[in-house]
Amino acid sequence: MKNWNDTKSIRKDFPILERKIDGKPLIYFDNAATSQKPVQVINALTNYYENYNSNIHRGLHTMSEEATLAYEGTREKIARFIDAPSEREVIFTRNATEAINIVVESWGKHNIGAGDEIVITSMEHHSNFVPWQKLCEDKGARLVYIEIGADGNLDYAMAERLITNKTKIVAVTQMSNVMGTVVDLKILGKLARLNGAKFLVDGAQGVPHLPTSVREIDCDFLVFSMHKMLGPTGVGVLWGKEELLDLMPPMLYGGDMISSVTREKTTVNELPWKFEAGTPNIADVIASGAAIDYLQNLGMQNVRAHELELTRYAMDAMLKLPSMKIYGPQNPELKGGVISFNYEGIHPHDMGQILNESGIAIRAGHHCCQPLMKTLGVMGTARASFYIYNTIEEIDFFVDALIKAEKVLNYVACR
Amino acid sequence: MSLVDDLYRETILDHYHNPRNRGTIDDATVSTEGVNPLCGDELRLFLKIEDGVVSDIKLESRGCSINTASGSMMSELVLGKSLADAKAVISEFKNMMLNKGEDITLSEDLEELEALQGVKKYPVRIKCALLPWNTLDEGLKNK
Repeated sequence: MKNWNDTKSIRKDFPILERKIDGKPLIYFDNAATSQKPVQVINALTNYYENYNSNIHRGLHTMSEEATLAYEGTREKIARFIDAPSEREVIFTRNATEAINIVVESWGKHNIGAGDEIVITSMEHHSNFVPWQKLCEDKGARLVYIEIGADGNLDYAMAERLITNKTKIVAVTQMSNVMGTVVDLKILGKLARLNGAKFLVDGAQGVPHLPTSVREIDCDFLVFSMHKMLGPTGVGVLWGKEELLDLMPPMLYGGDMISSVTREKTTVNELPWKFEAGTPNIADVIASGAAIDYLQNLGMQNVRAHELELTRYAMDAMLKLPSMKIYGPQNPELKGGVISFNYEGIHPHDMGQILNESGIAIRAGHHCCQPLMKTLGVMGTARASFYIYNTIEEIDFFVDALIKAEKVLNYVACR
Repeated sequence: MSLVDDLYRETILDHYHNPRNRGTIDDATVSTEGVNPLCGDELRLFLKIEDGVVSDIKLESRGCSINTASGSMMSELVLGKSLADAKAVISEFKNMMLNKGEDITLSEDLEELEALQGVKKYPVRIKCALLPWNTLDEGLKNK
């Protein structure tokens, strides 16, 4: 187990943190977009390609067996990581967006009709918003939004009013990618259950940063994406309750998702493979296993504690600056390590560009949450987001750079 | 590469802090909206065209420094021009911003726009500089 007093040893595992941007050490605060990868993950990729690259399933040669074992091994690790009852319930996709689309296509299209309601929140990422909007359009169903209150938290009283026996599914984020707001999934899950609705959790932001148990949440579907949690790009996960997945038809047809094919008829494979048509992303799934190992080793409680410490420290320091506005919950306990802000009327784009001059990578814009930007009454925000390798010193440097940013833009006025 | 030399030149910051022709026109003959899908910036452009001349132009936007400065400079240069001349300015500017080679020298009356040429070193921001111009282009279509 890594010692959390020693972020330095963790940083040594991430070669990219040696990178200089225009001669300045990289400070990577864009973790909500994608995380960096430890050498263990990078090695898993090269090891596969150098030593046992081959297609999985049905291969009778040694390398194919090795690849199959490693690929299916990641599935077992992921099942344990999210406390799933069975690895048969873990389906590999390209990303979280694709995972949501499978639920919309294979479950939504057969279970949602005219007059039905789908409940989401106003802080969903476009990925957990646009597919449901389209389904509602196609089926004549209604998309209903739980709003955020003035305190930046979800309005749970409103949720209680909106989730009714008309609701067929409640689909919500575990943690806002903009404000870091952590959603009380137990409350929403209970409301969904009481009203006979299904419950989908978008864990793209939550699973990488918070201990997550599908049994505790008691959800029907959980989706997330490995590249935000130390893994490579191109691997998403759809977890679903076995009895639901069993009833859902595949979204894609072709190789690997079949158990037998004749000229007249094809029999669909069993779970989870019936949802994994074609050769999957073998190398990246295998390397995702190394990412899970890394996080398991650290312990997700420790990951959360580290990020909470950084977030508390950053918010305190940032709010000492005049005209600093931080969106979402002001209590760091209620949010993840994501800070959306606007400072001194500086447009987020300018902010991002100026911080880059100091080697600091943040994100600026609408963060794929245009409806939320409307709610907040802004065109966009600047967003700093933390992970296991970030340090208090980096935050100090960042806050200094914010003060400098204001000077760059007021260059003319100051002279 | 220096941010102040390339991006935040004095001319640009001046237009950013004091944007010209800001506002709306009640009896506009043309009004168009432009959106930068990257950042969600929106821009509303109002034109009054009389006898084939842009007799008034106003912009309403909440954008970044580059977007705001570019729109402000554009409004000054297009105001009072005939439609043909206005379209020529648009194409000269777009050509400068989209040209991948050496820096381009613009005709004398458009010299100020050369300050925006530094934006080309920051590819993501080219769209910010172009948004007002694309919106104007759209507004002048079929005119």
